[in-house]
Amino acid sequence: MHDPVITVRGLRNAFGEHVVHEDLDLELRQGEILGVVGGSGTGKSVLMRSIIGLQEPAAGEITIFGKDFTDADEEEGLKLRRRWGVLFQNGALFSTLTVGENVQVPLREFYKHIDRKLLNEIAGFKVAMTGLASEAASKYPSELSGGMRKRAGLARALALDPTLLFLDEPTAGLDPIGAAAFDELIVELKQTLGLTVFLITHDLDTLYTICDRVAVLADGKVIATGTIPELLALDHPWIQEYFNGPRGRAASTAIERERAMGAGA
Amino acid sequence: MRADFSEQIDGESRVLRFTGRLTVARIGDLPARLDALEAPPRRVDLSAVQRVDTIGAWLIHRLVRDHGVRVEGASPEATRLIEQVGEGDVEIKMRPEVGWRFPGVLSRIGASTMHWFSNLKGLLAFFGGLMIAIGQLAREPRRFRYNAVVQRFETVGVASLGIVGLMSFLIGIVIAQQGAIQLRQFGAEIYTINLVGRITTRELGVLMTAIMVAGRSGSAFAAQLGSMKLAEEVDAMRTIGVSPMEALVLPRVLATTLMMPLLAFYATFVMIFGAGLLCWITLEIPPATYVIRMREVVPLTDLWIGLIKAPIFGILIGLVGCYNGMQVQGNNEEVGLKTTAAVVQGIFLVIVLDASFAMFFASIGWV
Repeated sequence: MHDPVITVRGLRNAFGEHVVHEDLDLELRQGEILGVVGGSGTGKSVLMRSIIGLQEPAAGEITIFGKDFTDADEEEGLKLRRRWGVLFQNGALFSTLTVGENVQVPLREFYKHIDRKLLNEIAGFKVAMTGLASEAASKYPSELSGGMRKRAGLARALALDPTLLFLDEPTAGLDPIGAAAFDELIVELKQTLGLTVFLITHDLDTLYTICDRVAVLADGKVIATGTIPELLALDHPWIQEYFNGPRGRAASTAIERERAMGAGA
Repeated sequence: MRADFSEQIDGESRVLRFTGRLTVARIGDLPARLDALEAPPRRVDLSAVQRVDTIGAWLIHRLVRDHGVRVEGASPEATRLIEQVGEGDVEIKMRPEVGWRFPGVLSRIGASTMHWFSNLKGLLAFFGGLMIAIGQLAREPRRFRYNAVVQRFETVGVASLGIVGLMSFLIGIVIAQQGAIQLRQFGAEIYTINLVGRITTRELGVLMTAIMVAGRSGSAFAAQLGSMKLAEEVDAMRTIGVSPMEALVLPRVLATTLMMPLLAFYATFVMIFGAGLLCWITLEIPPATYVIRMREVVPLTDLWIGLIKAPIFGILIGLVGCYNGMQVQGNNEEVGLKTTAAVVQGIFLVIVLDASFAMFFASIGWV
């Protein structure tokens, strides 16, 4: 049941003299939402980029869906790539295409036999599934707000029905209501589509509400992985400060209050 | 396994039995075959299906929507997925609406005409703003940014010596060579010197330099100011109390204005040098004769014409570059568009102005 979808062993990344990761291990299990946290500059995005093959690691082994991705040749790599979707920090939508066309790009690229009518219908329900209004499909990315752009990016990431989803700070820059709605959307999609999610975030509310486990990045490696109570039991100064700082406490009490109210109702 | 279906007639109703994986990767020609069904089915049997993704679910939803079929044997996940995609069944447009074709052309001509005029107006207002900034500086000369100006001199002037020189040298050779071929037919090769001397000092020296400066510096100004505008650096400057006109625009416009005559003179000289080299090698006109003849046939007014035009072209190029940069707003694509606009408008205005100057100087007798 809980086979790892991604296994990273002994990863090393360095830019010149500057070592970002050294001997990093990580495991992402089937069907979970793994939150990845760490201070600025600890290489969260670099880790994601190495896993999805945008950054060649200096050493280490990355296994995805049981296949060694670091050794994979181009064709094999392409096949693997179809099985995941990536939402970049600012959506990374193609600015010359409308939202609907953006969603169609992966489908057109990989499945050329799908006819135009079906393509448009697919774009339509993908856009609707990510909670965008149907008018948004014919808009260009520059006409969208930050939150809408992220939803559109998510729609494109989900175009090929991936089972694995990478999210890079999905709620950064969103207002609290928009961020909460985005969190809810991720959980909802995870349940309907059976997704496994790798989620980089700084948002403590996101960590508390939707993450099954949290991996903490510090000193170039993953220093701990586990549920938040498990992490809190550890005696690491950074983890303590992160979750027990004023913001961490506020997020946790808010969640407790919400749960209590949910139980009361 | 590939997605497939078989049609069976069960009593009165038609049943579609799906097998395999109803997923985007395995769907093959299934959508087309479903569209080509002769008679609408009444029931759909999904019990032999291994996996359904949203696209497979959509196909089933389409059958339900269009023919009111009953779905049987679907797993709970598949049922939920079919419901989910059904909720997203909305009409969408892939592109914004565009109007009817013919008025479209007309309105486009109208819009771009309006755009040109408003651009010209904006440029004039921008020039006015610059003049005000200069006026304020004149009252408070201590605020003048010497370092910024000198730095621009370096990038606009000194750094372009190489490319302007090479371009001018080659153009000099081309004019001399083409001129010599034509004039040789009349045995008048010696007039190549008149041709080269007059056209380079009056026109080509300054014009080619202006084109080079517009392409090199005008575009750079637009891109620099445009990205500064996007990063809200310009706004930050204003809040701190630094005038962007004074700190960003003035040094740049000043640099193109002062560097243009120097570069144009240099370019003219290199063109004459290149042409002289060609005359020496192919027409066997010795350098001394070339120089003496040049002094005889080129009146000093020709040089003045070139040198009067140069700073004016410089102002224009600097102004258009900075103006377009400051017009950037919204997204990164805009920076590219405005950079292109800076070069196109800069060169266009330079050539229009050059034509007017030609008329003007001819009418005051500087021919």
